[in-house]
Amino acid sequence: MRLLEGKTGWALLAAIALVFPLFAQNNYLISVATQTFIMAIAALGLNLITGYTGQFNLAHGAFMAVGAYTVGILTVDHQVPFWIAFLLAGCITALLGYFVGLLSLRLKGHYFSIFTLCVSYIMFLLIEKWESLTHGPVGIMGIPSPPGIGPLQFGTPLSQYYLVLAFLVLGIWIMARIVRSLLGRSFMAVRNSDLLAEALGVDLMRTKTLSFVLSVVYAGFAGALYAGQVRFLGPDLASEVVTFDLIMFVLVGGVGTLLGPLVGTVLVTYLTQSLQFLQDYRMVVFGPVLIALIIFLPDGLVGTWLKRRARRADARASAQQAATAPTVAAPPEGRSHA
Amino acid sequence: MELFFQQLLNGLTVGGVYSLVALGLTLVYGILHVPNFAHGAFYMAGAFVGYYFMTKLGLNYWVAMAGAAAVVAVIAMLADRLVFHPLRNAPELHDMIAAIGILLFLEAGAQAMFGADFHRMPTPYGQIVEVFGLTAPLQRLLIIAGAFSLMVVLHLFLTRTVTGSTIVAMAQDPKGAALVGIDATRVKLLVFAISGALAAIAAVLYAPINLVYPAMGHLVITKAFVIIILGGMGSFPGAIVGGLIIGLAESFGGFYFSTDYKDIIAFVLLVVILSFRPQGLFTPKGARA
Repeated sequence: MRLLEGKTGWALLAAIALVFPLFAQNNYLISVATQTFIMAIAALGLNLITGYTGQFNLAHGAFMAVGAYTVGILTVDHQVPFWIAFLLAGCITALLGYFVGLLSLRLKGHYFSIFTLCVSYIMFLLIEKWESLTHGPVGIMGIPSPPGIGPLQFGTPLSQYYLVLAFLVLGIWIMARIVRSLLGRSFMAVRNSDLLAEALGVDLMRTKTLSFVLSVVYAGFAGALYAGQVRFLGPDLASEVVTFDLIMFVLVGGVGTLLGPLVGTVLVTYLTQSLQFLQDYRMVVFGPVLIALIIFLPDGLVGTWLKRRARRADARASAQQAATAPTVAAPPEGRSHA
Repeated sequence: MELFFQQLLNGLTVGGVYSLVALGLTLVYGILHVPNFAHGAFYMAGAFVGYYFMTKLGLNYWVAMAGAAAVVAVIAMLADRLVFHPLRNAPELHDMIAAIGILLFLEAGAQAMFGADFHRMPTPYGQIVEVFGLTAPLQRLLIIAGAFSLMVVLHLFLTRTVTGSTIVAMAQDPKGAALVGIDATRVKLLVFAISGALAAIAAVLYAPINLVYPAMGHLVITKAFVIIILGGMGSFPGAIVGGLIIGLAESFGGFYFSTDYKDIIAFVLLVVILSFRPQGLFTPKGARA
């Protein structure tokens, strides 16, 4: 188990991801894996606002659609080069996220979730109805795949896989830097008690808005990658079903853990793929699984594992303490992030 | 002028349906403090059960409606027992996610049984009638009459009967209600049953002039949320008034501005209102934010 922790664990995961295409028999598997990584990037973002900052955002999928549509509209209708559109997708989702965050984050708890659900609906309806901009229900076709950067070309499914993998690794690295920094601590302080956080001098509104913007930027870039990979966009991408999928990914892996969204996305997608025969009815299975999980394993797979480890470490520490001098109080148990 | 009354009629029809759905939602919120995202799925389930009873079993419209109400009431009670009850001490995030789980399950279940297609529910009341020189489809008048009489019945039940009073007491002060010997578990079950039945009746009333399909609850439930935020989470009169406001706003907005964007009106209204009053329009004092 030791091997799976810390830097070795991450290196091992990266190595598996790097050699995966060697074992995948066909391009289909590789492109499924690519799309899984794209969803994982979006799930990472959702985990930042929901898992670390404690705000249950129901518009995350819609922001992903905004990123995707930005790339789609700019490249197809305005012939903007892909990578410029890609960067603009991040900027536009960030800007939109800033304004939505400004409005929605003044609300607490349920109100925030319901508000974001409505925002998600507004975006969906706009994308579906605003035909002159988004092509309406027809969708956008013929989005170019990402052109090469220097000697690197991304024309084949394999090279796309590595491109998305690189973005995923970058996303995880940045996320790790964020959650281990003082900023990440203030996010968690807001999650645990916003009143307490405010008393400690955390600027609530600024912290929440920042977390929201960072989170939707992940969604925006995930959407932009999605546009370049799938090369077709329809309004369904903005429907709340995508958000619900992302929530499931984060939850299965473990809300508020670094590894959770990744594990959840890969695992759930793997299960979905093996349950292909269920097609649209997979939710008949996954709905109850989601409920059972939230009742019996509310911390998700990674979260439960981390808690167990923390408990064991605790037990060891107190046993050691009992053996030596019982004078010093045990250090407070810190939350660890796998 | 006739067009104006036409819109008024449409607004009252849709508003009545919204009010019924919002009433169920607000009842559950008042007792459990859970935004029940699965409520839209209850609504959808009601429409499908009614559709099944009418087309496959050949039952009368009213019997089908009563059957749908009963079936969905049972589904709602099961949801409470199997899902919300075990989660009563969990953080609110978990309730919300569990509600989404119920929603996904019911929707996929409906799709598995009836397919993703649109169905049309038959009605014995398809004729057009003339009231005060204005023509109106009978089904629309039926919806208005049905919705409003149901609201009156619910009001009488909550204020005039002991069982109804226990619900109100629980909503006002759960601890106090427990102190005077009200069984919280039973009241919650009852509230879920009523809320499911209301959603089912609303669906069977509205389905003949709309369509029946697995995703039909989405827009209705999001609008019902807008309504109960407008009317104050947990407030019964608020749900009724809010439902009518949204129904009329959509009807007139769709007519005078653009039918394409009529579904957005409710949400834009919410965004504008919450931007100025983050606590909701008529949120009562002491309500949980």
